[in-house]
Amino acid sequence: MSSREKILALVKANQPSLTSLPSLDIPVDVHLDLVENFTFIATNIGSRVMEVSGFDEIKETIAKLFLPGRIVSSFPELADIAEIQLTDPDPHSLANVNLAVLGAELGVSENGALWLSENNMMQRVLPFICQHLALVVNKKSIVANMHEAYRVLGNNNPGFGAFIAGPSKTADIEQSLVLGAHGPRSMTVFLI
Amino acid sequence: MKDHAALSEEFNIDEPRVNWHDETLWLIRQKRDKAVHGIPEWEWLRETASQVKNNVLSNLSAYLEQFEANALANGVFVHWAADANEHNEIIHSILRKHQVERMVKSKSMLTEECHLNDYLTENGIEVIDSDLGERIVQLGNEHPSHIVLPCIHKKKEEIGDLFHKYLGTAAGESDPQILTEAARQHLRETFLTRKVALTGVNFAVAETGEFVVCTNEGNADMGAHLADVHIASMGIEKIIPERKHLGVFLRLLTRSATGQPITTYSSHFKSPRQGQEMHIVLVDNGRSRQLGRENFRNSLKCIRCGSCMNTCPVYRRSGGHSYHSVISGPIGSILAPNLDMKEFADLPFASTLCGSCSNVCPVKIDIHNQLYKWRQVLVKEGYVSNTKAISMKTMTWVISFPALFAFAGKTGRWAMKNLPFLVNNKLNPWYKAREMPVPPKESFRDWYVKNRGQK
Repeated sequence: MSSREKILALVKANQPSLTSLPSLDIPVDVHLDLVENFTFIATNIGSRVMEVSGFDEIKETIAKLFLPGRIVSSFPELADIAEIQLTDPDPHSLANVNLAVLGAELGVSENGALWLSENNMMQRVLPFICQHLALVVNKKSIVANMHEAYRVLGNNNPGFGAFIAGPSKTADIEQSLVLGAHGPRSMTVFLI
Repeated sequence: MKDHAALSEEFNIDEPRVNWHDETLWLIRQKRDKAVHGIPEWEWLRETASQVKNNVLSNLSAYLEQFEANALANGVFVHWAADANEHNEIIHSILRKHQVERMVKSKSMLTEECHLNDYLTENGIEVIDSDLGERIVQLGNEHPSHIVLPCIHKKKEEIGDLFHKYLGTAAGESDPQILTEAARQHLRETFLTRKVALTGVNFAVAETGEFVVCTNEGNADMGAHLADVHIASMGIEKIIPERKHLGVFLRLLTRSATGQPITTYSSHFKSPRQGQEMHIVLVDNGRSRQLGRENFRNSLKCIRCGSCMNTCPVYRRSGGHSYHSVISGPIGSILAPNLDMKEFADLPFASTLCGSCSNVCPVKIDIHNQLYKWRQVLVKEGYVSNTKAISMKTMTWVISFPALFAFAGKTGRWAMKNLPFLVNNKLNPWYKAREMPVPPKESFRDWYVKNRGQK
């Protein structure tokens, strides 16, 4: 008998009788200004949140904060300051990216996280390997909590997707918080 | 083999350090409380998570098959490992197939449980752990002392010494910012040069065949997205039924663990990227056996947040290594005897049974009840020390004869009063670290006979 059969047979023999799944209806109402709360929480976990009127303002901010250095973006609007098409499919070729500007599909008010799917990542490694990350999200796409987020997303995951909440961080050395462990040293959220 | 008591005694030699360890973990427990109080539906979340996990355990075989079918359809290779050794052999065979001798690994307590690093090292393969805390204990040739905070037992000066020796930082450097930067450079080079990356799995969704990996550092993603081959090791209990259930568990996990609202990265891996190979190893290693132990199966609900350790008065003052088990603290003490009753017979006794662990558990595992139940099983099966077994047997014998019990009580009270050295000495384990009480003048029995007995 293969290990697969052996494990499944043992599990089947040892599992208790079937219980049903609980309902996921939250017992409380959420009455929050979603954008305001998102900004508060995201700032608390180390993100820089800016409300902007459009891409001209995003460009100004980028010029002020992140130049010089290699910039990569999935937004055609940023074509004059960023590479908007990646010619080399090798993820290693992104090791020298200073800033990546990508679009997030939604933001979560309760925890400051943003959902980014592979469709908007250009390369899976890009939002992790860049020195700085900026995500652009529509204010209308901020949802209250994780239950709402999954309701909106459904089972839609092209192959890879991630909730990203702030810059890469660690507190492994005596619980001192250090930003920029392996991934981006900073995270900017542009609310549009 | 030293037991928990002997190992804690070693840890307790340096009292200021024990106090520091205690206070650091208590601070994390307080952060957890603060995060929890911000969520009015917290108790609903715990109850819901607990019920979802009940359903998972009651239907695990079907969910595993569903997960496997979906993962295969997503283009992922699925392997099944009955035990630690088979798990290690599977990983080794994948490395051999790709003729790779170096691997980068993201944190996985399961690979620690399987002693994968030792196995691969013996087979000539170099493994580098990429979680900063794990890398630190790896450089120090130690094991993690906590499942979420692997080097919580280490002082920054000791970490500075390790980095000076292995990563070339200046002697005496202990600034966390500078040390983390040195690790960042060292590990970035590792990520960029390894062809195979291994990660753990926090949750696997039966409905979609995807799995979720949570980190704050982004090390799992750096490894997996740069490597040609991504291997994910998961215990078979990590399954959840549907994607929407992730909402419940991701809300609970980090708030319970560190007080953060969510980990920085919650990565959902579904299929390999173009040109990449993805493997999932489903590991049993005693889990199906624990599933059959009615009193202990709830321990399989654990989502590895570590909150039971942070709150445990024994863990905080004895250190993770005193548990001589991969998963330390309260939850580890109910998981370990399932793997080896003899080796881990001491662990269920390393508890005050105060119940604090059960109170903070995000999936409502009745941890302290299970510790109590394990004690009974272990005594019955003859796995406790002779001292404990003989004194328990003697006590049982004494209390089964009322006259003898009364006589023993009288003698004891007399001895404590007139010959205190008979009781207050090193041979009495109960005297250690305790002030013995002043003996009462009369027993409850005598008092009762005098005051109530006539009526």
